[in-house]
Amino acid sequence: MSKFVLPLVVFLALVAVFVVGLTKDPSRIPSPLLQHPAPQFELPSLADPDVLVGSATYANQMVLVNIWATWCPGCRQEHDYLLELASESVIPIFGLNWRDNRADALNWIEVLGDPYIASAFDMDGRVGIDWGAYGAPETFLVDKNGIVIHKHIAPLTREIWQRDFVPLIAAAEGTP
Amino acid sequence: MKTLSIIASLWMLSSVAVAIDVGEAFDDPKLQARYEKIISEVRCLKCQNQTIKDSNAFLASDLRREIRHMLEDGKTDDEIYEFLVSRYGDFALYRPRASGRTLILWIAPMMFLVFGAFALWRIVQRRTVLSIDDEAIDDV
Repeated sequence: MSKFVLPLVVFLALVAVFVVGLTKDPSRIPSPLLQHPAPQFELPSLADPDVLVGSATYANQMVLVNIWATWCPGCRQEHDYLLELASESVIPIFGLNWRDNRADALNWIEVLGDPYIASAFDMDGRVGIDWGAYGAPETFLVDKNGIVIHKHIAPLTREIWQRDFVPLIAAAEGTP
Repeated sequence: MKTLSIIASLWMLSSVAVAIDVGEAFDDPKLQARYEKIISEVRCLKCQNQTIKDSNAFLASDLRREIRHMLEDGKTDDEIYEFLVSRYGDFALYRPRASGRTLILWIAPMMFLVFGAFALWRIVQRRTVLSIDDEAIDDV
């Protein structure tokens, strides 16, 4: 009887490993940027190619950096919530328009509304790579010292905002 | 019949037309070889079971472009891998470097091998003892 105990334990341990593995979403890759300085960048603004916007636009304040594009269905999904969040003026939202077409992106903002303090136009995707972007929408919470304190992959919703972002923002505001 | 063979040969040629990155990226065969090696070891995070060499997702082509630029700038392979890992994490490399958090990936297979060899040795040893021991055989 006892000789079945060890194989059984090993088997159950393997089952546990696989069950945990199944519940994990392999498309959510933890960002190595977490707790590290956010990338510095400067790009033409979406609204005006002659104006440069970037990390200097939101220096010394807590900000949400949202990577979006018109080809991204998830961005359309979260857009209404971003507008709502912007209207509450809890935190500025900076847009990184990634690998998009300027006319489409401008049209999107005109028709659907603009939640962003500014959007940078990253046509060739170079800045997106610095942010480790691989699938829009991606939303980064950057504190006022320029450290990435959270990354959310997939559309933002009120539930996720309340659960993941609000406590982090409160904690970050509590520390000098 | 002639038309058929023309269609067939065109069809065979068409696979060349859809190949990713037609032509060589570098004139220097050494650089080209390094480029080929690096891009075949980097995961396309948009399409996770492909390398950036095999994928035509825009992210893969952006990463190939960045790698080409870095090779042109004389960066070493390690610097290029470091560039990718610092942005996308160890998951971006098909052969994650043996350090810290990835150590388990390298050690686990060897641990399983040792464990399996030990279990096999125990089983063989027990059977040997059993077959020598007549009483034990009678018990069975």
